[in-house]
Amino acid sequence: MARSLGFIIVLLAVTSICDAVAIFHPISESHRSAALELFSPAAGSFSGLEEAYEALRTFEVLGIEKPDTKDHTCNSVVDTLSSSSSNLKDLYHSLRVNGLLKCKTSKEALTGTVSRLKGGVKEATTLLDYYYSVGGLLLVKDQSSEVDVLLGNADGILRSIKALSQSDGRWRYSSNNPASSTYAAGVALETLSGVISLAASAIDENLIGTLKNDIVKLFDSIEKYDDGAYYFDDKVIDASGHQGPLSATSAVVRGLTTFASTSGTLNIPEEKILGLARFFLGVGVPGNSKDLYYQIDALSCLENNRVSVPLILSLPATVLSLTSNDKLKVRVNTVLGSIAPPLSVKLMQVFSSGSKDAPVLKEELKFDPKEAIHTMDALPEGVDIGEYVFAFEIVLSDPEDKRKYATGGRTKVPIHVTGVVGVDNAKLTLLEGDSVESEKKLNLPGKNDVALSANHLQKLHLSFLLTTPLGKPFKPHQALFKLRHETGVEHIFVVGNSGKQFKIALDFLGLVEKFFYLSGQYDIELIVGDAAMENSFLQPLGYVELDLPKVPEKATRPPSQAVDPYLRYGPKAEINHIFRVPEKRPPQEVSFAFLGLVFVPFLVFLIGLLRLGVNLKNFPTSTVPATFAILFHGGIAAVLLLYVFFWLKLDLFTTLKALGVIGIFLMFVGHSTLSHIASVSVKVKSA
Amino acid sequence: MGRSPATTKDDAQALFHSLRSAYSATPTNLKLIDLYVVFAVFTALIQVGYMAIVGSFPFNSFLSGVLSCVGTAVLAVCLRIQVNKENKEFKDLPPERAFADFVLCNLVLHLVIMNFLG
Repeated sequence: MARSLGFIIVLLAVTSICDAVAIFHPISESHRSAALELFSPAAGSFSGLEEAYEALRTFEVLGIEKPDTKDHTCNSVVDTLSSSSSNLKDLYHSLRVNGLLKCKTSKEALTGTVSRLKGGVKEATTLLDYYYSVGGLLLVKDQSSEVDVLLGNADGILRSIKALSQSDGRWRYSSNNPASSTYAAGVALETLSGVISLAASAIDENLIGTLKNDIVKLFDSIEKYDDGAYYFDDKVIDASGHQGPLSATSAVVRGLTTFASTSGTLNIPEEKILGLARFFLGVGVPGNSKDLYYQIDALSCLENNRVSVPLILSLPATVLSLTSNDKLKVRVNTVLGSIAPPLSVKLMQVFSSGSKDAPVLKEELKFDPKEAIHTMDALPEGVDIGEYVFAFEIVLSDPEDKRKYATGGRTKVPIHVTGVVGVDNAKLTLLEGDSVESEKKLNLPGKNDVALSANHLQKLHLSFLLTTPLGKPFKPHQALFKLRHETGVEHIFVVGNSGKQFKIALDFLGLVEKFFYLSGQYDIELIVGDAAMENSFLQPLGYVELDLPKVPEKATRPPSQAVDPYLRYGPKAEINHIFRVPEKRPPQEVSFAFLGLVFVPFLVFLIGLLRLGVNLKNFPTSTVPATFAILFHGGIAAVLLLYVFFWLKLDLFTTLKALGVIGIFLMFVGHSTLSHIASVSVKVKSA
Repeated sequence: MGRSPATTKDDAQALFHSLRSAYSATPTNLKLIDLYVVFAVFTALIQVGYMAIVGSFPFNSFLSGVLSCVGTAVLAVCLRIQVNKENKEFKDLPPERAFADFVLCNLVLHLVIMNFLG
């Protein structure tokens, strides 16, 4: 809670200090070159009549030569005007382009257009219908004097347009659509002024009075930036896709100025008109063609309007150097850069950075009519290097002009003054206890080559004086003392000051641990810098040979210096895969010898069988049992053969499948053989 | 009663002779089976000797070889027990049936051995 309150207070303080301190420049060459770049027609012609009008209008205001697409554009203008399928919007845009290009249009085409526009006015229901038809009629009035464009029922039309207005000053586009926008208000004002100028008979004065009140109400919703720019913002994105403060403010400015030109002055404070001009100038150079059109169109409306013409105070240079004796130069122009009426510029106050009060000076600047610049030969007394805010006031020579022009009271401009800072009495002292061992005078900011040697029991002092050109004490942004060891380890110390005197005292006894016990040569560097200082320097002063005690075991190691970043990501040593060493196998002769040896017991077995007198007497002699017996032995042999194949190349599943087949066969055969033998032996037993 | 060393040797010889004569009384088929068992065991011993000389790589082959010999010897011993007429326990089991079991078990053993041989 307390934190948010504190934050709010700080914010208020900051906003009150930043009270419209900004600089605005009128239209310049950069706008012209941007216009040429943004509006260059693609493929030699504009994409549509609306875009063509925007480009041509911008070029006209900025004084640029129109591009050579007149024929192509004129063709499309004539086509649109004569075609019966064009709607009100197309007619309006083609008439606008025609006004700038002055194409050859036939009287029949214009008459036909006028009748269609008049029909459009009668049947109009939405704001844009009124806008296009009334605007079209007004353009025809300017382009041709032969055709009759006056509106009979002007009062009625005004009332039906007014019916679309809202209490907050905004306008709706149609009675069905409740959405309102400031852009629509600008469009409506322009339409209303068109109706007033096309009226066949006089308009009811009360009606105009209420409309003027609507405009004043609309200006209640104006928004403001900190730098003094006023603008209107539209929160609603309307059907035409227009959005954002630039288009809304531009529409209001156009509507306001056209209304004022037809119906007399309005009661709008000049601060707001100047604020609107500042808004458009504060945009700088817009990035797209539509924004540039809105900006230039609005500024041309403000350039000479009947409410009040804003005068812009700008400075060609806001950084002044005391060394080169720069003079303060001020320009006062209209928004498009034209010459202002006779006036004088007074420098009222000079605020130094941060302070809110300053003595009132009232110094008048000299006017040079050839260059149209107001100059002050010498800066006011006491202006030293640093940042200032200069407050100017424009005083118009002719008191009549006060009503016509908006000067904006006090204009505050940030000024930066730079100069050479004097560095004096610089010396580097080596102290042992309290007595001075050696003292070296330094020549700052020039070259120095000091060679000192010290041990950890001594102290190093550096001191120098900094004075501004006016002899006052100066505290720079940076005053740093750097010691760099030969291995690259750096130590930076801030040099403190009291008034003009800058001093730093290094007691090596206390710094031994900070220096990581590294003895050796330390290069000394002094850095003094500031934005307002023209002679900021980074000066190597020499070196000091430091003898520090030996590193104890537990001391921290100095940080490893940064490796050259290119080396860190360079190629590394190649990794070779170490394959598993194959097992040692016995020599082949040994294996073969044992193979032979394994068969020896088998031979012994066979010999033993013979010795035992093994015979085949029990082998069945009659055919069927004999076959079965043979098949039985064959089956067993087949299984063993299958096992050999299994070992050599078959897999388990194939083997099992084959084994299943042979096994069933073997079971059947074996069963019959063995049961036959069993029955035979039973017979022998019983016999 | 003191016996002289020479009598011990005579005793051993007499024991050996009585064993031999008793053994010759066994039926031929049992002698056949005994011979088979001896054959199997000797083969196993030769394999172990080979492994002792050259090392046990590949171990699975060594195991399957030795276990095939030992397994078949064990099955033969079982056959001998079942076929021996003097064995009262298996009086009712016909020797052909025992032989059929022997064949079947050997075939299964050798299937496993062949799989493990690698």
